Amino acid sequence: MPQLETFYDVMRRQGITRRSFMKYCTLTASALGLGPAFVPQIAHAMETRPRTPVIWLHGLECTCCSESFIRSAHPLVKDVVLSMISLDYDDTLMAAAGHQAEQAMEDVIREYHGNYILAVEGNPPLNEDGMFCITGGRPFVEKLRHAAEGAQAIISWGACASYGCVQAAHPNPTRATPVHEVITDKPIIRVPGCPPIAEVMTGVITYMLTFQRLPELDRQGRPAMFYGQRIHDKCYRRAHFDAGQFVEAWDDENARRGYCLYKMGCRGPTTYNACSTIGWNEGVSFPIQSGHGCIGCSEDGFWDQGSFYERVTDLTQFGVEANAGEVGMAAAGLVGGGVALHAAVSALKSAQVKRQEAASEEA
Amino acid sequence: MVVQTPNGFSLDTAGQRIVVDPVTRIEGHMRCEVNVDEDNVIRNAVSTGTMWRGLEVILRGRDPRDAWAFTERICGVCTGTHALTSVRAVEDALGITIPDNANSIRNIMQLNLQVHDHIVHFYHLHALDWVNPVNALRADPRATSELQQAVGPNHPMSSPGYFRDVQNRLRSFVESGQLGLFRNGYWDNPAYLLPPEADLMAVTHYLEALDLQKEIVKVHTIFGGKNPHPNWLVGGVPCPINVHSTGAVGAINMERLNQVSTILNLCDEFVRNVYIPDVVAIGGFYRNWLHGGGLSSQAVLSYGDIPEHANNFDAEQLHLPRGAIINGDLSTVHEVDIRDPEQVQEFVDHSWYDYGEPGVGKHPWDGVTQARFELGPNTVGERTHIREIDEAAKYSWIKAPRWRGHAMEVGPLARYIVGYASGHEQITDQVTGLLRTMDLPVEALFSTLGRTAARALEAQYCADLQRHFFDKLIANIRNGDESTANIERWEPETWPTSTRGVGFTEAPRGALGHWVTIESGRIENYQCVVPTTWNGSPRDSAGNIGAFEASLLGTPMERPEEPVEILRTLHSFDPCLACSTHVMSPDGHELTTVKVR
Repeated sequence: MPQLETFYDVMRRQGITRRSFMKYCTLTASALGLGPAFVPQIAHAMETRPRTPVIWLHGLECTCCSESFIRSAHPLVKDVVLSMISLDYDDTLMAAAGHQAEQAMEDVIREYHGNYILAVEGNPPLNEDGMFCITGGRPFVEKLRHAAEGAQAIISWGACASYGCVQAAHPNPTRATPVHEVITDKPIIRVPGCPPIAEVMTGVITYMLTFQRLPELDRQGRPAMFYGQRIHDKCYRRAHFDAGQFVEAWDDENARRGYCLYKMGCRGPTTYNACSTIGWNEGVSFPIQSGHGCIGCSEDGFWDQGSFYERVTDLTQFGVEANAGEVGMAAAGLVGGGVALHAAVSALKSAQVKRQEAASEEA
Repeated sequence: MVVQTPNGFSLDTAGQRIVVDPVTRIEGHMRCEVNVDEDNVIRNAVSTGTMWRGLEVILRGRDPRDAWAFTERICGVCTGTHALTSVRAVEDALGITIPDNANSIRNIMQLNLQVHDHIVHFYHLHALDWVNPVNALRADPRATSELQQAVGPNHPMSSPGYFRDVQNRLRSFVESGQLGLFRNGYWDNPAYLLPPEADLMAVTHYLEALDLQKEIVKVHTIFGGKNPHPNWLVGGVPCPINVHSTGAVGAINMERLNQVSTILNLCDEFVRNVYIPDVVAIGGFYRNWLHGGGLSSQAVLSYGDIPEHANNFDAEQLHLPRGAIINGDLSTVHEVDIRDPEQVQEFVDHSWYDYGEPGVGKHPWDGVTQARFELGPNTVGERTHIREIDEAAKYSWIKAPRWRGHAMEVGPLARYIVGYASGHEQITDQVTGLLRTMDLPVEALFSTLGRTAARALEAQYCADLQRHFFDKLIANIRNGDESTANIERWEPETWPTSTRGVGFTEAPRGALGHWVTIESGRIENYQCVVPTTWNGSPRDSAGNIGAFEASLLGTPMERPEEPVEILRTLHSFDPCLACSTHVMSPDGHELTTVKVR
């Protein structure tokens, strides 16, 4: 068997200089929110390690996670797949099918037992003996258990694997079940969102390859680095919320001025994700920036929290300084009136500003 | 035993049975079984949808303004197309009209999806059925450069050094012993016909397309906030326009419009200079492999899409054509009305559902959905370990939709055949131009290759149309209209107590329809009939086979144990199984929704 090539070898072979390589490591460090002190560590990892095998399974899902993954700009997904990991099984992208595909998975499980990452997109349905999702003539849940057994860690991609998502919305007819309720003896990293942000997905993988450990997780098993704060905390429209300036109807004057979408049902105040910081598709925009409220797609059970256009009124308000771990589950309906009260205070402030403006005009 | 199907195909189950499960490089989960004769020619084909999620049941009782978000999650590959179909269905039910700008923006987003989806399908899901990446290691980079400059002279990335770099990277990847996605591929199968230089060129474009596709979708990000799964709005689009005055970074302003315009150029350049030349070049080497026609020469269906004017869905106002062709008669394009209970009907005799009586077809308004997972007596294996399926019984989670009783093919080829038969100017020009370039007769369209070529031509047409609607949007803004949403009937108090509506689009994979019934402000019933339900349909009560199954018949396999030819033809439809297997009932209880017409 030939010598396994490291990521650094591959980059050098492509004519990339040592200097450019170090620059790449610096960018990776900053993308991961790490300081310059970590650059040598990243460089060392890239220089010495062969590509980690990944088995990527699909249960009940819509493939939006895979689609998001291939949108990654830093690192580019071609670099991830060619030079960072060895994506040895992924039904959506692999060349082989049928017996040859199943054989590929068996070989990886055997050859790399205890050393591969299992990535799961979608979830297993448990009703009808699991036969709402059949692969290789068997229930998907069997394949999931089989692949999980030899995995060093599991990544639950997206809302489906993490929480159940749309097929688990009431009345969850197939009994679609998140991965951690089926696999209970492995470390599981939950990367929620419908889908998760591309660079969050590749950021989680790169972190694991670089530091050879799991990222710090919050109480829900999410990487703290990307899910530690609410969209509202870092929203560029937050100033309008604080000033009591709200969109009152679609396409009204306030909408055109980019006022706060809270009254249109925005879930930013209760959603932990990196949309308002990292942004979507290389930071081009995110839902609020394009005029629609956040629908809370990275939160547990977001499909069953009432219409997306109902104002969030039954959530407790907490400061920017609070993080997901401290707030815990951040579940709906804990304390009434918090956000609404906050909004009312903001509106009051707005009225004060107007009075002051009126006063100055008089003067 | 040989059986003649009513739609003109001969099925013989005598030979060796081949099972392909999972069928990979598709969206969702699918199984395919075929019988081959002593010459390794496929004589029977069985396609099984192997997943089921139940979104229609989950939608019941919900706010119809939310339905787009739920249905959008039917599919993350054709992301947005279900959402658009949904808002159209709800607007139809509630009598809501949308502003001109919203029509332009929606069309740009839908067309952008077509371009993106077709490119990703060809390069990342379909190419490995024609292209051998391992063989590319034997290519001469200089000869590859010459090939590139001959077939796509306007593509700037064509130097020998460029191809040498890509080849070196590929070589180090292969020599690492960790083959990743190429692991266990069929790389010594004689079904691969390209010379090494064409393989290297195509692999290079696989990587270029991977970089490009993330740029294309930024149009969705600008108008819808993210991709996959951008945001939509009943009554228009959620993004406001503000080009003149104090505004927000988020409103559609000049910078945003410029960014959209730049991306539209990228789409156009890649499709024109790379995608279509690649299809012509690769197709040239496979010009004698014209299998896989199936239903395409017999029965094709298109609902039409891309209305020129807001709120006008008349057939002559749609840029993608509407019509049906049956019995192979291209001289007659039948009118299609999906509200008509006699036209679209779904059968379940071979699907894991139960209507209570056999041989019945139901229009989506009358949809009855009751799960019944049971295997036929000739199944080999067990209930939770199927080795060979019994297609004489129920065998798929996909229903069998029929148009006036006919099994139909839908998708880019169906749209192009309908367009060609009805004399659609641009489509006819494109088709005749391609056939002339490749020196092929019109009959060559009815094939796997024809399906793949129609998709490429459509990507070009849609790229052009994106520009048309962008110009239209600018012109309308210049005329002083910045409106993007109609909120007159936003509040449920303004709605009728009892109403119903239909929405349709041409999704990348074909005709898509949503039927919604609203009672007292809540969804009473929601039904979707999606492209892969048509194409992946199992048999109906009369024994008609669907498009996937028909397309595989008569195809010779080089090596029956290596399903290259099966994958090639199935992939030419771009199957989307999460789409096709949406219907559901909770816990097997009957969900009867009979609506008064």
